[in-house]
Amino acid sequence: MSSTLIRHARVLGGEERDIAIVDGRFAESVERPDETIDATGLVALPGLVDLHTHLREPGREDAETVLTGSQSAARGGYTAVHAMANTQPVADTAGVVEQVAHLGRAAGYAQVVPIGAVTTGQAGQQLAELGAMAASAARVRIFSDDGQCVADPMLMRRALEYVKTFDGVVAQHAQDPRLTEGAQMNEGLVSAELGLPGWPAVAEESIIARDVLLAEHVGSRLHVCHLSTAGSVEIVRWAKERGVRVTAEVTPHHLMLTDELVRSYDPVYKVNPPLRTQADVDAVRRGLADGTIDIVGTDHAPHTAEHKCSEWTAAAMGMVGLESALPIVMEAMADYGFGWADAARTMSARPAQISGLAEHGSLEPGTGANLVLVDPAAHEVIRPAEHATLGRNNPFAGIPVSTRIVDTFLFGTRVVADGELRGPHATARGGQWIE
Amino acid sequence: MIRHLLSTADLGREDAVRILDTAEEMSQVSAREVKKLPVLRGRTVVNLFFEDSTRTRISFEAAAKRLSADVINFSAKGSSVSKGESLQDTAQTLAAMGADAVVVRHPGSGAPARLAAAGWIGAPILNAGDGTHEHPTQALLDAFTLRRALAGLPASGPAEGDRARGAGLDGAQVAIVGDVLHSRVARSNVHLLRALGAHVSLIAPPTLLPWGVHTWPAEVFYDFDEALAAHDFDAVMMLRVQFERMHQSFFPNTREYTRLWGLTEQRYRRLPAHTAIMHPGPMNRGFEICASAADAERALILDQVENGVSVRMAALYELLTGDGTEAQQ
Repeated sequence: MSSTLIRHARVLGGEERDIAIVDGRFAESVERPDETIDATGLVALPGLVDLHTHLREPGREDAETVLTGSQSAARGGYTAVHAMANTQPVADTAGVVEQVAHLGRAAGYAQVVPIGAVTTGQAGQQLAELGAMAASAARVRIFSDDGQCVADPMLMRRALEYVKTFDGVVAQHAQDPRLTEGAQMNEGLVSAELGLPGWPAVAEESIIARDVLLAEHVGSRLHVCHLSTAGSVEIVRWAKERGVRVTAEVTPHHLMLTDELVRSYDPVYKVNPPLRTQADVDAVRRGLADGTIDIVGTDHAPHTAEHKCSEWTAAAMGMVGLESALPIVMEAMADYGFGWADAARTMSARPAQISGLAEHGSLEPGTGANLVLVDPAAHEVIRPAEHATLGRNNPFAGIPVSTRIVDTFLFGTRVVADGELRGPHATARGGQWIE
Repeated sequence: MIRHLLSTADLGREDAVRILDTAEEMSQVSAREVKKLPVLRGRTVVNLFFEDSTRTRISFEAAAKRLSADVINFSAKGSSVSKGESLQDTAQTLAAMGADAVVVRHPGSGAPARLAAAGWIGAPILNAGDGTHEHPTQALLDAFTLRRALAGLPASGPAEGDRARGAGLDGAQVAIVGDVLHSRVARSNVHLLRALGAHVSLIAPPTLLPWGVHTWPAEVFYDFDEALAAHDFDAVMMLRVQFERMHQSFFPNTREYTRLWGLTEQRYRRLPAHTAIMHPGPMNRGFEICASAADAERALILDQVENGVSVRMAALYELLTGDGTEAQQ
């Protein structure tokens, strides 16, 4: 038996109270705790849950491993991350997803929940063995070809229908491939001036419009990954009003940065979907504040230096973000009445619900003791060189933030203490998340 | 004084006029029996070409040699990734070899800007054409040629008198016709022509115009004949159109393109007598431009090529010596 008492934490930024943890779960109270932590001045949130993380293992362990990605997650306040399927080999079989989940337990810094590919090899030709992945020890519920769009409308319809078998959800990377051939950045005034082939908003919006209609037709759950345009927000709002079972996600970078940054031709700003205009940034901020957009997903996408230290057109697309997500979101949403309860909803409770993770997303007694304590009045600057991720492609370098991740508890184990990594959870020694 | 020449958007009117005036001086050198100035003796200019362009490379090579610089041609065709050596390694290698200036041609937009900003090499970077972004020396040589023509001077050859010197292109009516979307020449020309006071008309099918072109400092026409009726053009610049564009449905086929946006025999005859005909080359005769127009007396196409050397001498001189005053004395 182990127990912890966290004293004087402002729960969701509200009243101060004590939080008890017994044997990896939140408890009503604890009599004689093994450890007592004074959280005066700190805000307590349920451990963050990321639905969109590229951990790169298996295949690109030079860019990130499950261990380093999990450590990065823990330092960012995340207790669960969903590993995207575009690894090498692709996570399109029960074997690969079980391996990824196993690597997550062996690391012991965050629960790693694999996402399965929709199509074999993400090639967009035929459905992968979705049932086998769902029934595997990894219990996959979210399926995505992220990085690629399931562009074939017939295949998308079938996938949406098929995952109803196990209450699954298809997470779509909405990008019409024909409208974005060779695309390098948002199509707009800046791309026209810079002479870079454009990625028009309509290439995202037309796929989302099609998919919400398909989801409505077959009564399935659809999750829209990293939506980035004002038009996408409008379409999702319209679909929700019609009762379509759609959820939507936005990244910290699409809440914060615009295509004006591409004028530097610095590949740290190269990402897919691309950085959009200020009008789009304003629209996704409003959409997140009013609930049209359900969640923040990081789309943490580490790349090795040689894939970023190049000319723009040769550089890889993607940005890291696990360790800067919460601070950046709070800065981006500062003018939208977005409080700690909103952060808990969009970055923990709602993503946990979409994924069906009962032990995450809540501070209620009886659920998994997944918790993050943050200092809401810090004076910090984003310093990518000090981050645990192997990826140095963080576009927020130098941005001042007032949120600091202090402690992260993973099923009762304090894996981050005062911003620094401590030892892993007992799963790293062969145990279970909760014994 | 400018540190790099990456985009004509970075050139103010004063900078542009100074470079054109220096080029006038350089045109004298090219007419001498001994076509050399000793001003860059002992300096090394590297032509770093990631894309084949014999014409442009030779022009830069001749320019550097006439200024007595040592020239190293570095051909690195293909993307840096497929070749296995990164742009960073290439740049650092050139820096270690002591390159004093690097002339860069690259298929990717922004590669010269990246070289100038990344800190891999400290030498001035001269953009010799990057992707579908810019080609600043082409715009400068176009402006040089047009300035000569507007002053009633021979469009190329050694400077005759001072009439062009110090002048801009104020009030000139210039049409740029064709594939503006993919044209680095068009982008550089729009900035520079505006800086020098010219009025620019862009004439192209909507598929070959950049998104948001109506916010550009230029008038836009989809209809070539309507544009010819609206303005008394001092120059019509025809852009090269790649045949492959028709396979990407930018236009139905070459015949229709020629009918609607080509400088055909009929349109050529309609042009006022003073309208100069320009083309950055290489031309597709019979496609975007008819033979009579290409070979006309008022076609300045070969003058453009000749002036390219003087303008590139001026650009190298500007970047490597800090200003153009020495040559003008």
